[in-house]
Amino acid sequence: MNQSRAPGDERASPCPPATHSIRLEINGTAHTLDVAPWTTLLDLLREHLDLTGTKKGCDHGQCGACTVLVDGRRINACLSLAIMQHGASITTIEGLADGDTLHPLQRAFVEHDAFQCGYCTPGQICSAVGLIDEGHVQTRDDIRELMSGNICRCGAYPNIVAAIEQVMAAARDGTPS
Amino acid sequence: MNNFSYTRVSDVASAVREVAADSTAKFIAGGTNLVDLMKENVARPGRLIDITQLPLNRIQGTEDGGLRLGALVRNADTAYDETVRARYPLLSKAILAGASAQLRNMATNGGNLMQRTRCYYFYDTATPCNKRKPGAGCSAIYGFNRIHAILGASDQCIATHPSDMCVALAALEASVQVQSSEGQRQIPFAKFHRLPGDTPQIDNTLQPYEIITAIDLPPRGFAENYCYLKLRDRASYAFALVSVAAALEMDGDCIGTARLALGGVAHKPWRASDAEEILNGKPATLENFKQAAAAVVRHAKSYGENDFKIELAQNVIVRALQLAVSMEQPA
Repeated sequence: MNQSRAPGDERASPCPPATHSIRLEINGTAHTLDVAPWTTLLDLLREHLDLTGTKKGCDHGQCGACTVLVDGRRINACLSLAIMQHGASITTIEGLADGDTLHPLQRAFVEHDAFQCGYCTPGQICSAVGLIDEGHVQTRDDIRELMSGNICRCGAYPNIVAAIEQVMAAARDGTPS
Repeated sequence: MNNFSYTRVSDVASAVREVAADSTAKFIAGGTNLVDLMKENVARPGRLIDITQLPLNRIQGTEDGGLRLGALVRNADTAYDETVRARYPLLSKAILAGASAQLRNMATNGGNLMQRTRCYYFYDTATPCNKRKPGAGCSAIYGFNRIHAILGASDQCIATHPSDMCVALAALEASVQVQSSEGQRQIPFAKFHRLPGDTPQIDNTLQPYEIITAIDLPPRGFAENYCYLKLRDRASYAFALVSVAAALEMDGDCIGTARLALGGVAHKPWRASDAEEILNGKPATLENFKQAAAAVVRHAKSYGENDFKIELAQNVIVRALQLAVSMEQPA
């Protein structure tokens, strides 16, 4: 960061440190990290921690490829500053499986062929985890509406909706999906 | 994104002191609009003041029987709040018509009011824009203006305010609670956002040294007869071409009190008081709805690609009023 000041610069604050130390839990592991204020959560995950499962699509909150769970809630990591997540618990696509056992949504996406190129898939699955946890779905149309923040350029939407429906039905019936 | 410094504050007094002391500073909470604008170099704050730890995250009743929505309550938590759903369902529907689930989980109530226009030229630093750079000129007036204003615009700016939530707040006659180091004040919702005139760079009447602490809803919630109807280029996750918040208190087959506000048509959420006056005390008939709709667009002006909005606005008004009376769900 350039800390020099032009003549006449009347900003009152003293020169800040370029980085701040933050603590985060990511997929169950505690991290202490030095981050610049302008680092997004998405860039922190991908560039600093090599957690490249979370994808950068539009980088403007319009496609949902970067969807992760922060304290259990789905958000767009591209529009979130990492420094503002100090103390939070983050779950990415890498944190959903239990060892070699896939998360029910991961299994359902495979069974329903709910992707083609796969680029949007980590965001779709993290978003679907949040969707189910939020508990506002009554109908198939509700799934479509509440998943509208996740764009799939390959057009796998019918199969994505079917995969989510299967997991929700299994949870309702108490049967393993 | 430009480099900037970062400060986290934990009380409102510190927040307003910090922002008043640094003219390059901006508050950040959800960040869904500001971070995006910073990535486009439209916003270049020297410093961000993180206000997410302030104690403004509650929804609670007010002494007059209304409801106070904390400025930092997330849009999703407001929309799904049981009291909001029961007493102010118009507001809940409007919030859920906007953005995506992820963005609603991030965005705050105060930030929703402060979001800036989605005019393509405002976002594109390669083109002139009076809102971004006063005096530079408006690229939209003779450019691509499909999404632009038909009411209350000026020869300086034809941008629209993008919020859905604010359209419902206008119809409900909310008020905005504001604090500075000088003390507190209350801004009636109709006076919070402004028309562009000769100063389109100014979106609202909040002063740079002030912070929004809450949005107050009055006791009347119009929970029996209401409709938020939003028309857009795709079925979900797009900004409104035209949206209408209609709230009615019925007196038999007649309209006792009508409230009507429009989104996507002006630089501010557009309260259609002239139409309300036509409807008040009248039978809820198609003819009266059409007359009210015609009154809204009497002084409308379009700019080519948004010509269709004048007819669309009237049709959406009529349909929203019909749905508010019948309480059928919009298809």
